[in-house]
Amino acid sequence: MNKCMERLYNGIIKENPTFVLMLGMCPTLATTTTAINGMGMGLTTTAVLIFSNLIISALRKIIPDRVRIPAYIVIVASLVTIVQLLLQAFIPSLNESLGIFIPLIVVNCIILGRAEAYAAKNGPLESAFDGIGMGLGFTLGLTCIAIFRELLGSGSVFGIGIIPETYNIRIFGLAPGAFFVLAGLTALQNKFKMPSATNGSAPESVLACGGNCARCTGSACMANHATLETRRLQAEEDALAAKKAAVAQKQAELSAKLDKKD
Amino acid sequence: MNKLLNVSSSPHARNNVLTQNLMLDVAIAMIPASVYGVYQFGLKALCILLVTVAGAVLSEYVYESLMGKPITVMDGSALVTGMILGLNMPPEIPLWIPFLGSIFAIIVVKQIYGGLGQNFMNPALAARCFLLISFANQMSAFKLDGVSGATPLSVLKNGGSVDVAAMFVGRIPGTIGEVSVIALLIGAVYLLVKKVISIRIPAAYLISFAVFVFIFGQHDPAYVLAHLCGGGLIFGAFFMATDYVTSPITPNGQILFGILLGVLTGLFRLFGGSAEGVSYAIIISNLLVPLIEKATLPVAFGKEGKKA
Repeated sequence: MNKCMERLYNGIIKENPTFVLMLGMCPTLATTTTAINGMGMGLTTTAVLIFSNLIISALRKIIPDRVRIPAYIVIVASLVTIVQLLLQAFIPSLNESLGIFIPLIVVNCIILGRAEAYAAKNGPLESAFDGIGMGLGFTLGLTCIAIFRELLGSGSVFGIGIIPETYNIRIFGLAPGAFFVLAGLTALQNKFKMPSATNGSAPESVLACGGNCARCTGSACMANHATLETRRLQAEEDALAAKKAAVAQKQAELSAKLDKKD
Repeated sequence: MNKLLNVSSSPHARNNVLTQNLMLDVAIAMIPASVYGVYQFGLKALCILLVTVAGAVLSEYVYESLMGKPITVMDGSALVTGMILGLNMPPEIPLWIPFLGSIFAIIVVKQIYGGLGQNFMNPALAARCFLLISFANQMSAFKLDGVSGATPLSVLKNGGSVDVAAMFVGRIPGTIGEVSVIALLIGAVYLLVKKVISIRIPAAYLISFAVFVFIFGQHDPAYVLAHLCGGGLIFGAFFMATDYVTSPITPNGQILFGILLGVLTGLFRLFGGSAEGVSYAIIISNLLVPLIEKATLPVAFGKEGKKA
């Protein structure tokens, strides 16, 4: 079960598809005009993602390697069709406001990416949890962007008016606003070094560059390599010493046993 | 160290042109238009100008101190950006909108891309377009002497006739700085005489625009003249298109850039939805500057005939 929780953490925070992996940008930019739309799009994608991961993982040994992408697309497309029919039947308003972006989930790169990167190599349960984590991460990203865009662009959050219409900055409801908000939130995420796959993986680095390649300059690189080499040698020595100690202890135990027998 | 024996890399010959002096010259050149704007639209216009200048300088200072960068407020570029933005505002706008525009111009368009010299678009114009999209109503409500009226360009667009003499002097509704052609031309002559700008971009811009309007608009010199004097064309051609950072550096490139501006402005004005198109034409052409420079790079001396 621990692995499943790790998948959730990975999807929502560490490899958040919107702010860290930068996947699925078209729906991110297009459907985040209002918080409801962003959340709806995120949850719809989550539903598809969970089942596509589950099914692809279950079929991973049957699907021949050569035709795996078409096979994935068939599975995802069937699921998207089901979801779209369900939305049309039960939440027609959301279906209308998301429009073309629901059928386009078929080619969403998060779904194909997770199928290829995770579901095709791991068991169904972990894959399903990977789908939940990634889906919730995507929903979180979309909802955050949408809340800011709705607040600045039309002065409301989830349809509840906060700022009077005179002070609305309408550009945030349009395409450029989506880029502004996405860039701003990603910058904040990087600034505060939320633990993610692209930063903070080595928080206690002894290196001058802090393990950050962007900060590496000129001769610092050589010094860093030297540090790393020393550490590697040290680790090797330590391992050797530990091995020797273990052997010595075993020998001592054996001789003690022998002594007892005698 | 002995100056004679000191070995250093080029450049060895420098002149005493500083960013500060250039920016100061541009600011001086905009004074006639500003004075006319304040004279015509009253103290409100002066307030808008002060707000945009203060907003630009303040946001540059705050951003640079927060980011631990050297403070470049004294080079005057923020002052010029603020002034251009202020002159681009309609006189009746609530003061917080120009202030927001200044912040956008300096922080989003200029500083995030690396400060002066790194911005890929004219900050003031990008901010104007930002405001134009965000606050369409407030940004296009023009008043003259307390009476709201259409700008000559919208009158022209709707098939009406305009008084070119009034446009030349500036007795028309419009933004603070664009109305008086004569005041703008005084500033432009100052810039040309001080050799702050070269005539290439404005000339290519105005001529290509006039030809475009003559061919695709009406074959009538008076109509062409009205288009030349209307809107932000003169202001844009001399003060905004010639921005050093966002215009080509090669002479042929500057002419090409001017022609592109003229054609785009003509297209937007004659066939576009809105009556004015100068700001959009300039920022779109700004994006093409790297390409223009690449295409018009002169061959280095001694490399003739060798095509890389």
